[in-house]
Amino acid sequence: MTAFTGTGSLARLIVRRDRVLLPIWMLFLAVLPLSLASGTATLYKTDAERQGYIDDLGSSPLLLLFYGTKPTDPNLGALIFWRSATGMVIMALIGVLFVIRHTRVEEEAGRRELLGATVVGRHAAVAAALVTMAGASLIVGVLVALGMMSQDTPAAGAFAMGLAWAAAGILFGAIGAVTAQLSEGAGAARGIGIAALGVAFGLRGAGDVTTGLSWLTWVSPLGWIYNVHAYAGDHWWVFGVIAVATAAVTVLALRLSARRDVGAGLLPPRLGPASAAPSLSSPLALAWRLHRGSLYGWLVGLGVVGGLLFGGVAKTSADLLADNEELTQIMQRIGGRSGAADVFLAGTLGLGAIAVAAYGISAALRMRTEEAALRSEALLATGVSRLRWAASHLVFAFLGPTVVMLVTGLAAGLFYGATTGDIGREVPRVLGGALVQLPAIWVLAALTVAVFGLTPRRAPAIGWAALSVCVVLGQIGAALQLSQALLDVSPFTHIPRVPGGPVTVVPLLVLTVIAIVLVVAGLAGFRRRSVPVT
Amino acid sequence: MENSISVAGLVKRFGQTTALDGLDLTVAQGEVHGFLGPNGAGKTTTIRILLGLQRADGGTVRLLDGDPWHDAVSLHRRLAYVPGDVTLWPNLSGGEVIDLLGRLRGGLNPARRNELLERFDLDPRKKGRAYSKGNRQKVGLIAALASDVELLLLDEPTSGLDPLMEEVFRQVIAEEKGRGRTVLLSSHILSEVEALCDRVSIIRQGRTVETGTLTQLRHLTRTFISAELSTPPNGLASLPGVHDLHVEANQVRLQVDSAQLDTVLRQLTSHGVRSLVSQPPTLEELFLRHYETEPAK
Repeated sequence: MTAFTGTGSLARLIVRRDRVLLPIWMLFLAVLPLSLASGTATLYKTDAERQGYIDDLGSSPLLLLFYGTKPTDPNLGALIFWRSATGMVIMALIGVLFVIRHTRVEEEAGRRELLGATVVGRHAAVAAALVTMAGASLIVGVLVALGMMSQDTPAAGAFAMGLAWAAAGILFGAIGAVTAQLSEGAGAARGIGIAALGVAFGLRGAGDVTTGLSWLTWVSPLGWIYNVHAYAGDHWWVFGVIAVATAAVTVLALRLSARRDVGAGLLPPRLGPASAAPSLSSPLALAWRLHRGSLYGWLVGLGVVGGLLFGGVAKTSADLLADNEELTQIMQRIGGRSGAADVFLAGTLGLGAIAVAAYGISAALRMRTEEAALRSEALLATGVSRLRWAASHLVFAFLGPTVVMLVTGLAAGLFYGATTGDIGREVPRVLGGALVQLPAIWVLAALTVAVFGLTPRRAPAIGWAALSVCVVLGQIGAALQLSQALLDVSPFTHIPRVPGGPVTVVPLLVLTVIAIVLVVAGLAGFRRRSVPVT
Repeated sequence: MENSISVAGLVKRFGQTTALDGLDLTVAQGEVHGFLGPNGAGKTTTIRILLGLQRADGGTVRLLDGDPWHDAVSLHRRLAYVPGDVTLWPNLSGGEVIDLLGRLRGGLNPARRNELLERFDLDPRKKGRAYSKGNRQKVGLIAALASDVELLLLDEPTSGLDPLMEEVFRQVIAEEKGRGRTVLLSSHILSEVEALCDRVSIIRQGRTVETGTLTQLRHLTRTFISAELSTPPNGLASLPGVHDLHVEANQVRLQVDSAQLDTVLRQLTSHGVRSLVSQPPTLEELFLRHYETEPAK
């Protein structure tokens, strides 16, 4: 077992390095179901009330996509397991990112080499990351179980739920360890890992939403975890499947890791051209090389898949709502079936816009990455002015989200039009719904540019914090009964609900002007300050 | 235009710390100027101000008869810069980076580019993330040297290069000098400085402490002399510039300031010299004297 020598020391190093981050996400996730349970318990006291609540939520295919199939038993525990299923997806995501962070990132930075020269076995690095992730996941699982038991739910269900949460982290940690072996770059490893999670999520979601395709759920590792059905059957045997799969994936990761050289990936690095194409002769051409990967990713991920899903599901969701008698009256008020579909489309396009704002912020933050890595210095020491350099990135921070929203709107409109049989009517309406979101997206990207220009070190923190505030205000602000003045802080609050609602031009213009002012302020600051600020 | 770079009384502060505290630097057109100083002395800050990437808080800076902050773009077309730690885009090949930087500077000489690739033994097809430190440095050097510019600003450009490549670098810089280019070379490698530089400026704690030709600087150092005389010497101790004098019968060991060498030798020969050993002043000695940090005041 000398291959594992040093695993313990490396695991302690991981804990030491993540001593702040680790407890934060563990606590956040552990508290999530508890707070949901205590809130729900006071609102829905009887099984009948909870069943009504479940049926309400379950009538939306979009929610089924996130929550999985409705629980077969309306007890409080089963409702919370179902409602908080997204937490397990977050566990899985953290598992992938955490293990890559402590394997491939370390290797790419050359720190693994430093440690590898000491008394450390061949498998120790991968094993330490997996052991730490497993330990953290189990602690979260126990905390989740204890939290649920404190809400007077049965112990067996509580532990099935806690174990399901832990299993999500452990299984996807192992999957992350495999993807970390594939490429030399951590970015590509993360991309492959997140794509794997996305596929698992998509298969599971498709199986849960589409009748007749429920077998798809069983193809997805995430589907196994959802199918534990804590408090509603407690399918303990599923953990057997998960354990076997985790062991197999772990062995695969260790085998792959042992087969390759330190620093190398299994996918061989490709040689590039010996000289640059004639087109690679401007900052914009370079920016295209740096941004095109993520632009393609967003176009395909959200533009096409999201658009088709939004558009394709809109009519189904309206039909489902129409079958629900209680909601029919509300439906009449909002304009019948097509009105319900409009509400669904406006809502999902608003959700998509938040995601695209994340893309805009990350594209704007590219300037900061380039600066901190001292690569902007090399360019600014040539005949490239600061404004020209910044503009090459701003093209992607502003036009990138615009193109993605355009494609999302077109795809959703085409698909929705195909289901209603009136493409000519629906495409412009849905496209309009996508495009009205743009000023709010631009404001967030512009805020990031402003901070980058004026106080660059804070740019990532403030950019992401602003997005988080918008998510919180938009998603749960109304439920928390926050004041309108507070809700108005988010630019998304001012976006008209289109399709369906009236298009109010003034807020869109005001948001666009705010975005322009922020960009101008950022650029003015960037022209005056020192470069690089590291 | 006489001077490519003239800096006087340059001041740069970062918050509480003063990085440059009245630095002077003059680089004549066509010379290779060595720029020396211990880590943290302010060499990189000075070069960034010369590039217009950072703004001076005080003093005057002229670069190629322009203001580096206001005329940054037009000046950058006439110079090339190699940082001490070249960072590359992970997904661009070395050849692509060389071409890109060259084109953004206003064009590079393809024949010269290929010649340099060969002499530095660099594979331009590898991606940025695959290069070692030394090879990244070569990418930066080739991009700069293949550009047709008047001035080269090199910030410890040979860090990470092996001795063989170090030798190639020296040859190439000597050729550049032959073509009339001006070079500001920040370096720690004294043999490199001795081999290449016409003049040298030594800075410490943001100030210039010594500047001049290497010959002038040698005069600031002391020569060690050990001699056996016919008669015991006298009067040596009273001569100016004599240090660490040891006399044992006819044996003499001493250090003498280079400026006073002649006087001391006359005194010695008047006693009849039987044997004489003299060690020339080393630059190391001078540099070390300046590199050592001042005791706390």
